[in-house]
Formats: sequence, C-alpha cells, structure tokens
Amino acid sequence: MKNFEMDRRRFLVTSSSAAGGLVLGFHIPTAAHAGRIMGDPWMAAEGGQEVNAWLVIDPDNTVTIRVGQSEMGEGVFTGLPMIVAEELQCDWSKVKAVYAEVNRHVRNKAEPYMVAAGAAKETDGLYQRMSTGGSGAVRRSRLYLAQAGASARERLKQAAADTWGVARADVSAEDSVLSSGSNSGTFGEFAAAAATIDLDQEPAIKTPEEYTLIGQSLPRLDTPLKVNGSATYGIDVRVPDMVYAAVEVSPVPGGRLVSYDFDAVKDRPGVLAAHRLGEGGIGVLHYDLGDVAQRVTGIQSGVAVIADSYYRALTALQLMPKEWDAGEFGDVSDESIINGALEVLANPDDPTYNPANSVGDARAAIAASDNTLEATYVTPYLEHACMEPMNCTAHVTADRADVWVGTQNPPRALSVAAEEAGLPEEQVHVHTTFLGTGFGRRLRQDEVRQATAIAKAQGQPVKVVWTREETTKQGKFRPYSTYHFSASMNGDSKPEAYWNRIVSHSIFNHQIPQFLNEGIDRQAVEGLDARLPYVFDHQQTDYAIRDSHMPVHWWRSVGASQNAFAIESFVDEMAHAAGADPLEFRLALLPEDSEFRNPLEVAAKEAGWTTDLRAGEGMGIGMSEAFGTIVAQVAYVTVSRRGQLRVESIDCAIDCGHVIHPRLVQDQVESQVVFGLTAALYGEIHIQNGAVVEDNFDQYLMLRINEMPEVNTHFALSGGEKWGGVGEPAVPPVAPAVANAIFAATGKRVRRLPLRNHDLIG
Amino acid sequence: MAISLTINGASHTVDAEPETPLLWVLRDNIGLTGTKYGCGIAKCGACTVMIDGKKAFSCTTKASAAVGKDVTTIEGLSEDSSHPVQVAWIEQDVPQCGYCQSGQIMAAAALLNQRPDPSDLDIDAAMSDNICRCGTYRRIRSAIHRAAEIAQG
Ligand code: FES
Ligand code: FES
Repeated sequence: MKNFEMDRRRFLVTSSSAAGGLVLGFHIPTAAHAGRIMGDPWMAAEGGQEVNAWLVIDPDNTVTIRVGQSEMGEGVFTGLPMIVAEELQCDWSKVKAVYAEVNRHVRNKAEPYMVAAGAAKETDGLYQRMSTGGSGAVRRSRLYLAQAGASARERLKQAAADTWGVARADVSAEDSVLSSGSNSGTFGEFAAAAATIDLDQEPAIKTPEEYTLIGQSLPRLDTPLKVNGSATYGIDVRVPDMVYAAVEVSPVPGGRLVSYDFDAVKDRPGVLAAHRLGEGGIGVLHYDLGDVAQRVTGIQSGVAVIADSYYRALTALQLMPKEWDAGEFGDVSDESIINGALEVLANPDDPTYNPANSVGDARAAIAASDNTLEATYVTPYLEHACMEPMNCTAHVTADRADVWVGTQNPPRALSVAAEEAGLPEEQVHVHTTFLGTGFGRRLRQDEVRQATAIAKAQGQPVKVVWTREETTKQGKFRPYSTYHFSASMNGDSKPEAYWNRIVSHSIFNHQIPQFLNEGIDRQAVEGLDARLPYVFDHQQTDYAIRDSHMPVHWWRSVGASQNAFAIESFVDEMAHAAGADPLEFRLALLPEDSEFRNPLEVAAKEAGWTTDLRAGEGMGIGMSEAFGTIVAQVAYVTVSRRGQLRVESIDCAIDCGHVIHPRLVQDQVESQVVFGLTAALYGEIHIQNGAVVEDNFDQYLMLRINEMPEVNTHFALSGGEKWGGVGEPAVPPVAPAVANAIFAATGKRVRRLPLRNHDLIG
Repeated sequence: MAISLTINGASHTVDAEPETPLLWVLRDNIGLTGTKYGCGIAKCGACTVMIDGKKAFSCTTKASAAVGKDVTTIEGLSEDSSHPVQVAWIEQDVPQCGYCQSGQIMAAAALLNQRPDPSDLDIDAAMSDNICRCGTYRRIRSAIHRAAEIAQG
C-alpha cells in the first residue's frame, strides 16, 4: 500500500535535462486566479483594446488572451496564454483567457504582419489552427502565439517611444509597465496607440534561455471553475426556449430504423415531438458505408424524441416501440473480423500486402536461418469513453445557426452545422464549451450534425444528449490491429533479421483514403516502418488493410498505442530468447546516436531496473515515439499466487525537448499512464450481430483510484530544436511495459490485449 | 406532477414524475448543472451529491426519495469554494478536464464527514466509486489528505 509521505516526496518532479538536477516543487497556490476564465469560456468580457487577434488590453492592464485550442483537461487555458505572456512581458496576475471566436477565424484571414513574420503557416485562418489533436497544442501553435506576444510588445514600446520622443530600443517593457529614463506608463495607457502602429520589421521571438515565465508551474487558470460546478460543459448549456432530445440510432452501423410508433408515447407528460433521423427522415448528409464523407459524419438511421426535460424525452424514447433492420452486417462479430485478419496474417504471400519498410532481405535471411523466433499479437477495438457523454445544443433560424458544443475542432463543427442548417458559414456561430475529455472522439462532429438537423426540424433550440449506452455503442472506435513477427536470432551481437506483417482496420482508408501512400496507412505502421527505433541488418515491414463496417477514428495516440505493445513485447521475447537482459538487449539494438537511449536509460535508472526479483515480481520496459516525443517506461508489477496482478509503479522518462509548464506535463503523463493502463487491463469492444456489446461502465471497465500505481515522471529533455507534443505519447509504452513485467514475474507472455482475459497464475 | 425538495437549503417545487432521478431534477428542473451525468447506473460517481450529509448517487436516487431530506450539491458545498476539500483541490490543482470533479469533491467531503482523517485504505474504499478518465487519482488522494489537515486546523 502506498504511503502518503512517500507520495508527497514523489510529487517532486526530477529533471534529467542537460541543465541537470533541477528540482521543481509545488507552486504556492492562492485563489487569486479566480475569475480569470468565465464559466462560459466562449464569452469574453466587453471592452478593452484589441492589440491583435490574440490579445486585448484593458485600461487597468488586464490582458485577455484568446485561446484557439479546446480545454479538455490538458491545460491549454493556462499553457498557451503563458506563451503569449512570456513575449508580451505583461503582469501574469492580470491575465485572463477566453476562447478565440470560431466564426471570426473562418471569416478573417491571418493578419498580414503574422504572415510577414513567417509565423502564420498552419492555415490561412485568423487563428491559424483551431483543432486540438495530434498533441499539437504547443508543438504547432508555439511560434505564432509567441509572435503575437512579441509583436504586440514592440508595438506598445513604439507607441510609448513616439509619445516620449525616444527610440523604441530605449523603452523597456516589464510586468505591463513601459519605461524609458524618467518616463513610465502602463500597457493599458498605450494599448490604443499600439493597435495602430505598423513596424518595419517584426521582432524575433525569444530563445528558451531567455524565458522567465515559461518553465514555471503556475496555478491553472481554470481550477476555480472546476471545484464549484461553474465550468460549463456542452451538456450543461441552457438557452432560452430550449427543449431536450433523446436519440437512438441503429446499433449496427449501416442498419436502419424500419418503423416506430410515436403515438404510443406522445401523450406522456412533456413529450413534444419525434423526428426520424437519417434515411427517410431529417438531415442533409445521411450515413452510407460506401461513401467516405457520409460514413465519417453522416446521420445514422434512427429517431429523436423531444420533450421539455431530458428524462421525459429519454423515457418516452425507451418506451416507444421501434423495429430495426440490422442490414448487411447483422452477422458480423469481433471474432469474425479479427479471425479474417489473422488468416491474412498467416499467409505472407497474400497479394494485398504492401511494403512499409525494407532493408536488405529479411525474408530470405529468416528462411535460411536455423534459429528463428515467431509470434503473433492482437489488439482489440476500443471506445474513447469520454467522461462527458456525447451531446450538442443547437438553434437554427432562417438566417443564423448557433451551436454549443465541447468540440476538439470548432471550425469543422461550424462547417458541419452550416451544411445541415443550409446557411453560409459566416452565419453560423459555434460556442465552444469546456470538454469533459476528448481523446480524439470530439474531432468527429457526428453529434453536431445530428443536433443541428434535429434543431432545424424542431424550429427551436434543442439540447441533444446521448446516454452513456448510446455514447458507447455509437463510438468511433480505435481500430483492431494484428501483427506477425519473425526474426532470425543468428548474428554476432544481435539478431540478424526482422520481418513484421501488420493487418488492421485502417483509419485512413475509412476517413481519408486519399492520404494512403501506396496502400500504407502511415499511422497504422507508426513506429514499425522506417521509424522503427531498432536496427537489424535485414528488416522488412508489410502492411495489409482489412476493414469492417465499424466506424474507426483517432484515439489518444492511435496507432502507436497498439504498435508499441506489439514491437516492445516482441523485442522482449527476442531478448529472452537470446538470454539477454531486456535493457541491455535494447541498447545493443539502438544506433549509437539514437534519441531513445537517454530516455530509456533515465527510466531504467530511476526505476532501479533489475531482473533479479523474486517470483511474482517483475519489471518490464516499454518505449515509443509519438508526436515528436519519446517516452520510455519501466513498470514494476506483482502477481499473487492466485494470479492477481497489481501494477505497483511506472517510471516514465519523457523527452519532449522543452517544457512550457512542468506540472501540466507531469499531469499529462499521469493521465496517459492511467489511460494506457485502463486499455491494457480492461479495454475491449466486442461486436455481436454487427453491434457493440458493451454499453456502460459495468461492462466497459475503467481504472479506479484503488488500482492507481505510483507514477514517477522524469524529464529527460534534449532541448535544441525539439518541441514534441505531450498530450498522448506516454500512452503507448504502458501496455508493453506492464506485459513485459508480467512475463518477468510469471513467465507468462501476453500476446493479445486486454490483460484481464489472461490467467496469470504462475 | 409537483415535487418539493430542499436543495442547498432552499426549497424548490418542480414539475416531474416521482420516479425521475434526482440528477435530472437538479440539472434540468432546477438548473444546478454542477452535478454531472456520466453513466446513470451508479458506476461512475459523476452525479454524487450528499443527502443528509451522506454521499448518494443522484442518478439512481428517485426524486421522491429525496423529499423531506437535505440535498447538498457542489453548488451548495460552500458559498465561496471555502470548504476544506475545495481549498485543497485548488491548492493542488486537482482537476484536469474537471468533468468528474464535482462528484469527486462531494464524495471526498462525505468521506471527511465520516472519517476526519482517512487512511489511504479509507480513500480507496470511499473513492473507488468515482471514475476519473483524466486519471487525476494521485492528486485526489493527496488533496483529501490535505483537506483533512485543513479541516482539523
Ligand atoms: S451518473 Fe450516477 S454514478 Fe454515474
Ligand atoms: S478530471 Fe477529467 S474525468 Fe476527472
């Protein structure tokens, strides 16, 4: 059992950066940051002087910074304003944050000076990039946010210089105060003049050595709203004249609602209407498996019941007689899907394979070898299980549509709503709420399309809420994936040949087939193609697509989450086959200059890596690179004689190059360990008769506090040009680290997730 | 149908069927949306409130069962986030997405009502009804210990 004092000490984040030995403690918190974000985070306070699209300065020096990313727990409402404020050199205690306005992003182009400064490269929209995914919040917005802050600061200085008759170079800006000799004034006083100034040349942004604000673990600006119930999530939105919708759509993707009997429930209290969804009913874009655009966000066949309260709508929906036709996929199961893939996997000559990577002649070397190792790995479909069930509130009138939703991609939500409302994008307003997690699920906008169609049909504002059951069954799933590995263990110091075949359901093929590259789905082979960290004289990776009717989608770390399990487990198998220590074995397979070395060595050292443990105890290694960040983990587990697994601790070394806010990164790492461990232990979506079997948390299990391991985060930062993402990359190493630790403890090799399906009695 | 309830010390009369879960009465009829819906089957804790000082899942508590009792929601835990659990939560920046946190805080406050100085085992037992998909469990644990310290002065 964990000891609290121990935990508290562990709270310190130890840094293994080149700077060495820095220890970061708790920031002393106060409630002084209360009120710095509105409960309705899309609502900006009135007034103030806009200096540029990202920032508004009030006469009292309050600086409101607009955030283009969605707050779903990762801390963008704190970390991104820090990037702007670092350059602006304003008083952080007076910084407020608000969402950037989506409609304006769609209507207005990037500001010319941002383009001139080379900082506007993501899109041509005003706020550059307003989707939140791919661990890109810092990685992909850092340059333009820093430029917005620096350009504003220099304009403030120029305005003061003009007034005081001095050179801009002689004006300094610190804590929202401008000064030069005996002259001084505030940002608030010069904001209006600054907004009109053109500079000959935009200032350069700071280099990391110059940071003063970045690098501090400041209190999150959104915490006060999240301890008293005042943060508004999509599901909390209430607008005048709003009614509620409960929905049920075909449990089998591509199936249809044959009939329903609204008369049977229409006289129940509060019940107002029913609308048929999809085929034969409302909605512009209907779900069709054969069409990419339609299967990505189209409206599934089903029905919505409208009432004056959600529970009345839901009860009526559940009591209403309905008849379904499962359609052509009514006999598909997860077993039939995965067995189909395994058949392909067993046939290396299947013509649908495409090479993802090839060096030397692995196939020939393995065929000629008298010492080979083979293994097959399987990972299942998974649902995101966002804490907040899917929902969306919409209001459509003749000349305007409003949508309130916690979305990871507001501009896409806006265009989907515009299409359903039949209005130009300029007339559509998306109000982004707080998100009760996203994990990729809230990039899809299927709920936005459905809600907009329902609100349009109803002619008044409607809040659509999916039950947990509907949320799970209408998931957009992480694909299953299957792997076969063969290796020739001959070779002087390491195996000579490695051959990997992968057969999976391809997200690219499902959503964006134009981005397949000669049959290769880049994310499906992440870390296993030329990005494989290990080198063999002969290596080959082949990939074949085997899709099903299930809708698949990005899921926190996506391909890496399953590929790391397969490769890191197989490397462990090779190490044991070679009689080598798994740590030494990995180091021997990595090139001398591999960026994986340092994180791997840091994780091993911090964990006290050893293979010398009693039966029933084990350590295991997993590592992966995703979104420009390398993470290595060492898991320590115990397995009781009765086969009871406990993951005791996970040491996690991360190289994301640089860190804006160390504690937010530590929180992200812990969050990802929990996410990865939940999936490794329990995650599995079954399909029977074409439909998802699991529907709620009694069947689709989540890690709970009593199962939480000790998680120790170690920064192993390489600095330099590297700015890696931190929202996902600690997920992939968890499953292999734990599975390898189980092998060390019990001699049982787990080749198919989740772990809970395996008998671990040693 | 009219039901009268006492929520955070104020009485409310709402138009709802007696079997309506307290959760939806709080959220839709009264507008107290701090109490969250997560599962509807007592398996996630997002909807946790206190009834007469004890923790309850509002999703599986019928509104009729709360008649004549004192219901406390996150909005009524304190006027100004000054309850020791809220203070500790702010100090330690516990929430990530925050969606589960009303339920976590109410469950923690109910735990401290029963056990002013809970052990880690007490915390495991009391808090494992509450899922946090963001994985803030370590901070929840340490913030509960901190809240116990604050409450004891
Ligand atoms: S919503 Fe009540 S326990 Fe989940
Ligand atoms: S803070 Fe996000 S679910 Fe707990």
